[in-house]
Amino acid sequence: MNSDAIAQLRAGNPRAVARAISAMERGGASAREIVTAIFRYTGRAHIVGVTGAPGTGKSTLVNEIAKHYRRRGQRVGIVAVDPTSPFSGGAILGDRLRMQDLSGDDGVFIRSMATRGAFGGLAAATSDAVKVLDAAGFEIVLVETVGAGQNEVEIARNAHTTIVVEAPGMGDDIQAIKAGIMEIADLLIVNKADRDEVSATVAALEMNLNLKPKAENDWRPPVLKTIATTGEGVADAVEWIGKHRAYLEANHLLEVRERARCRAELELIVQRELMARLLRGVNGAKIEMLVEQIAAREVDVYAAAERLIG
Amino acid sequence: MTDRPIRVLVAKPGLDGHDRGAKVVARALRDAGMEVIYTGIRQTPEMIAEAALQEDVDVVGLSILSGAHRDLFPRIVAQLKQKQLDDVLLVCGGIIPDDDIPAVKQMGFAGVFGPGTSTQDIAAFIRAQVAQKRGARAA
Repeated sequence: MNSDAIAQLRAGNPRAVARAISAMERGGASAREIVTAIFRYTGRAHIVGVTGAPGTGKSTLVNEIAKHYRRRGQRVGIVAVDPTSPFSGGAILGDRLRMQDLSGDDGVFIRSMATRGAFGGLAAATSDAVKVLDAAGFEIVLVETVGAGQNEVEIARNAHTTIVVEAPGMGDDIQAIKAGIMEIADLLIVNKADRDEVSATVAALEMNLNLKPKAENDWRPPVLKTIATTGEGVADAVEWIGKHRAYLEANHLLEVRERARCRAELELIVQRELMARLLRGVNGAKIEMLVEQIAAREVDVYAAAERLIG
Repeated sequence: MTDRPIRVLVAKPGLDGHDRGAKVVARALRDAGMEVIYTGIRQTPEMIAEAALQEDVDVVGLSILSGAHRDLFPRIVAQLKQKQLDDVLLVCGGIIPDDDIPAVKQMGFAGVFGPGTSTQDIAAFIRAQVAQKRGARAA
């Protein structure tokens, strides 16, 4: 991208933003150039992650949350991630379907992303897409993960505020005390609150929070009820996002989170780059040969890895 | 530059709610290795062009069964042009009477796929056309 395109990106021109995100997804030199050109202008947006199991209503909730911010005049960028097929490499990106209320509004930019083989609930380029939206002046960036299981917790490293969305009847109090996704919530939202079992779900989540030893000045995630299809409870949720932001600022935790995020991103990129460099130096036939030997139990997998690296 | 997966917007303009065909095609293109942004029914020309722009798609695929294509398609093409998306591949399907096909192609739709078309043919057509466009851009 030339400097003119970067200027357009910073002005929020949708074409420039869209192209930049595509470049990020492709990766390589042009992605790096863009990051180099824009990184100084990032770090301003409040990044809000929205995660939870498939079908809990994440996209519909994102749609409603975005509408609230728009009423306040804040510009909203949205990155919505859906899974790539491990078989065909294709994907159905269907989150946008739930966000039609936002169309025709220049203050909103929605981008759907496929995971393209990445684990953890996000695509490899999601954090770079967020950088683009941040640099383009979107004050709130909402990142919707894939329908998450128990262990898709990448979002917590990428967002300032993480919302975990539950639906009534999705699990008992044992599910609530398990490690993983339940631990990363800054806000817990029980969506579809017009359904049965909502009070049981809320009670299970509250019980889990009560079990956590209290430290001074700790943030206790609120357990909120919403009905995203009608917008009920969403104003309250947006209020709580603001409270969480204020809490982070008052306790200088934004800096702590930012450093953790930078460290995680740095490590990830080093890993990716080392892997790429290593594989460039190895011919595919050697890997195939090792795979054969491992399968035939002639070589153990650690020894095979050693032969590749060493 | 590495080739990215082909990105396709599948949308239904107009007011008919019959989206089974669009879903079948979306699913088939997924299985052909494409990233399909599915926006579903009741899409206005403005919504379609905006989604195509933000999602930076290679292809816009429209399904229409209501007969409103003669009215809606030119408006969609105009919206895409206005957003400088002239190089996006346009395909359509649904109920397009044979007599209308030349006019629809004239508007810029490279492929018109009526009932009975094999989804593999649609995927193959899109793949070949996008490869050509990408080749032309790289040259």
